[in-house]
Amino acid sequence: MTSATLTKPSRRAVLAGSAAAAGAFTFGFSIPFADEASAQGAGSVKEINAWVVVKPDDTVVIRIARSEMGQGTLTGLAQLVAEELNADWSKVTTEYPTPGENIVRKRVWGNFSTGGSRGIRESHEYVRKGGAAARTMLIQAAAAQWNVPAAECAAEKSVISHKSSGRSIRYGQVAEAASKLEAPKDVALKDPKDWTIAGKPLKRLDTVAKTNGSKVYGADLKMPGMLNAAIKDCPVFGGKVKSFEAAKVSSMPGVKHVLPVGETAVAVVAETWWQAKTALDALPIVWDEGEHAKVSSESLAEWLKEGLDAPQAVVGNQVGDVKGAIANAARVVEAVYAYPFQNHATMEPMNATALWTPERCEVWTPTQNGEAALAATAEASGLPLAKCEAYKIDLGGGFGRRGAVHDWVTQVVRIAKQVPGTPIKLLWSREEDMTHGRYHPLTQCKLTGALDKDGNLTGLHMRISGQSIVAGIFPQNIQNGRDPVVFQGLNAPGPEASIGYGIPNLLIDHAMRNPHVPPGFWRGVNLNQNTIYLECFMDELAHAAGKDPLEFRRALMKNHPKHLAVLNAAAEKAEWGKPLPAGVFRGICQTMGFGSYVAAVAEVSVSDDGKLKIHRIVAATDPGHAVNPAQIERQVEGSFVYGLSAALHGECTVKDGRIVEENFDTYTVMRLDEMPKVETVIVPSGGFWGGVGEPTIAVAAPAVFNAIFAATGKRVRTVPLAKTDLRKA
Amino acid sequence: MAKLNLNGKIIDVVVDGDTPLLWVIREQIGLTGTKYGCGVAQCGACTVHIDGVATRSCALPISAVTEDQKIVTIEGLSPDGSHPVQKAWIEHDVPQCGYCQSGMIMTAAALLQANPKPTEADIASEMTNICRCGTYPRVKAAILDVAASGAMNRG
Repeated sequence: MTSATLTKPSRRAVLAGSAAAAGAFTFGFSIPFADEASAQGAGSVKEINAWVVVKPDDTVVIRIARSEMGQGTLTGLAQLVAEELNADWSKVTTEYPTPGENIVRKRVWGNFSTGGSRGIRESHEYVRKGGAAARTMLIQAAAAQWNVPAAECAAEKSVISHKSSGRSIRYGQVAEAASKLEAPKDVALKDPKDWTIAGKPLKRLDTVAKTNGSKVYGADLKMPGMLNAAIKDCPVFGGKVKSFEAAKVSSMPGVKHVLPVGETAVAVVAETWWQAKTALDALPIVWDEGEHAKVSSESLAEWLKEGLDAPQAVVGNQVGDVKGAIANAARVVEAVYAYPFQNHATMEPMNATALWTPERCEVWTPTQNGEAALAATAEASGLPLAKCEAYKIDLGGGFGRRGAVHDWVTQVVRIAKQVPGTPIKLLWSREEDMTHGRYHPLTQCKLTGALDKDGNLTGLHMRISGQSIVAGIFPQNIQNGRDPVVFQGLNAPGPEASIGYGIPNLLIDHAMRNPHVPPGFWRGVNLNQNTIYLECFMDELAHAAGKDPLEFRRALMKNHPKHLAVLNAAAEKAEWGKPLPAGVFRGICQTMGFGSYVAAVAEVSVSDDGKLKIHRIVAATDPGHAVNPAQIERQVEGSFVYGLSAALHGECTVKDGRIVEENFDTYTVMRLDEMPKVETVIVPSGGFWGGVGEPTIAVAAPAVFNAIFAATGKRVRTVPLAKTDLRKA
Repeated sequence: MAKLNLNGKIIDVVVDGDTPLLWVIREQIGLTGTKYGCGVAQCGACTVHIDGVATRSCALPISAVTEDQKIVTIEGLSPDGSHPVQKAWIEHDVPQCGYCQSGMIMTAAALLQANPKPTEADIASEMTNICRCGTYPRVKAAILDVAASGAMNRG
């Protein structure tokens, strides 16, 4: 047995990185260490265009602007480019341009942001055009060499051929000539039905390094002379550091510096991270906990409850006269639901490495948005944007935590600025990560439904009370008190997050209540709780009307064919209506968000002592176009792990203004023993591009909660399920 | 000062005795395939083999490890990524973000070494590592595949 060699960034590579980012654009450099799927050292090889580099040995390097955090975007985007390029897939590798390069080149790579399941759906067109343009130029270069019309030449698997003369030439042989040609003004894209690389269940490009320990994450980064930092931010959000006694720990092993970080945090910098953390744990810190030190989950719940009937609310979706419908109803059904704070709990805690000098600041970090990481770097560094650079590292989980807010980047730059010339790696402890998240927003919802004498739904009022993510992160986007994202999945008919039912009288409104605990975009965002609220309540209404939950929904979906088709696909595959083994019961639901339509059927049993077993999940997805069905299946399966972790266990409680749960011993997440069998049905109907990383999260909880009602007669109206006693009375 | 038998080599490390094995492996020895996830032996990202037994290294002080105990990390599981579990992981395209996968693979390898034909129930009770991306179905399928192949019975 031999010990594997660990790839270490060389000083030369680090310096090359500095040079690259300083403006002399050399595309060989992306991040200063080798990676299985990230091509290193394209060196002096010229690009065909911003998206494609072809090396003399025919290696095709595809540039990826979005971040890879496990969702498979890297592979999917490469498939789209390679498809139009007619590349030999076995010779495809990828690399990341840096955010600084993007700015220098007038944002030629477009948006780097990787959230909202947008990685593919918002960039498919321009990346495909990049591939098609490069193919056109390679063919032109070959045609020119042969002195034949380009129209007589064709390319397949990285080889260009001229049929009538029988000549052929490899991409690598004409790449340099092609790079000198002018880009075509317009290129035609293939009809997806002709795809041979895109649309296929290809394996990921980045797997091998994740099986042998060689994949380098941000937490693993090493640089010559680097020191390690551990940090504690004020446990109460909004509080500050009053004082700390550096002298008490400054002589502990390895400790180099004890530093304030902004007004709210303290860091210890040491030779190793373990030394830094050990000293930080021993450091006496006095906090000024500020005005929120008395807030608790109970006080917040009371505050939100008041919003359920408050006169002031912002309307999100309104049809007809809901008050009249309720007043004239044969039967009124009412219920209140609640959704807690939840932490993203990425497996890799927040981290970044920074090198600050008076002339330049560079940051290496796992981020869902390289450009936002660069902006945070520049702001904290006190240097102009042009003197800063951020290098993206593949993420050990993102789920929305590493996208909109880069608080850890701000911290590491503030630390590095106090130790000029020394690379500083900041790694959060799990405890810091759990208690300083950007949490799934806290909301409650009161639903009032009006049924006529035949059990038809004539009116529905959904009053959401609680937190606005947008108000917490992008307050400038709140217009007239309205957070447009808060109604996700409940919007009027349209291409994004629209409600799937035609309800004659409908009112969905929001009474905003923003706790001091900061909210964040949490995989699935507001679609998660909104789908629980609506879809569990639809189940309640169906039950009150004495109707089958599927038939009750179908009757309201005549004008929502895409929602209906995916609901039917799930119901058919699950054989809705057919008898199940004794003690096993079904629940169903559907929703639409992130551009895609999804539905699920859950089969569960509940033992007399209240133990839930989920036997089977059938999940249907219509993402318009399916770029890689194998990876979509994995996203759907993973969505049930993430969504059911939240539904069954997920809650961050607040006491004395701070988050109580500090680690996985109290913040429970799903493990393999709870994992149900998931059957994925992909029904791409074409004509649109939807995301797949998030929408399915939203159907996990309501499908299971509705099945639990079928099994026990008990409604689960508060997340997590752990709060509901399922024992037989 | 401690002597460790790690991936077949005897290694001297100068470190405080309270330091967890995980941080000795990552920061003194410099092998970063073994990950920090929780620090309290909950998530399993730090799993290594000690005399063939899957062990969470984040909560094990180096002073409790002796020179005659054979430690194997993900980097030492096979010389070239050819351990049956690693091959099955690639075949099933198991990893998503990949951060937990070193621990998953080490736990699976130890499970299969001790029990070459685990049932689904065995897998559920032994594979307690946390994966937030949700690779569990593929983890299970890959382990069952190795079991069915009989690869762990050979050599």
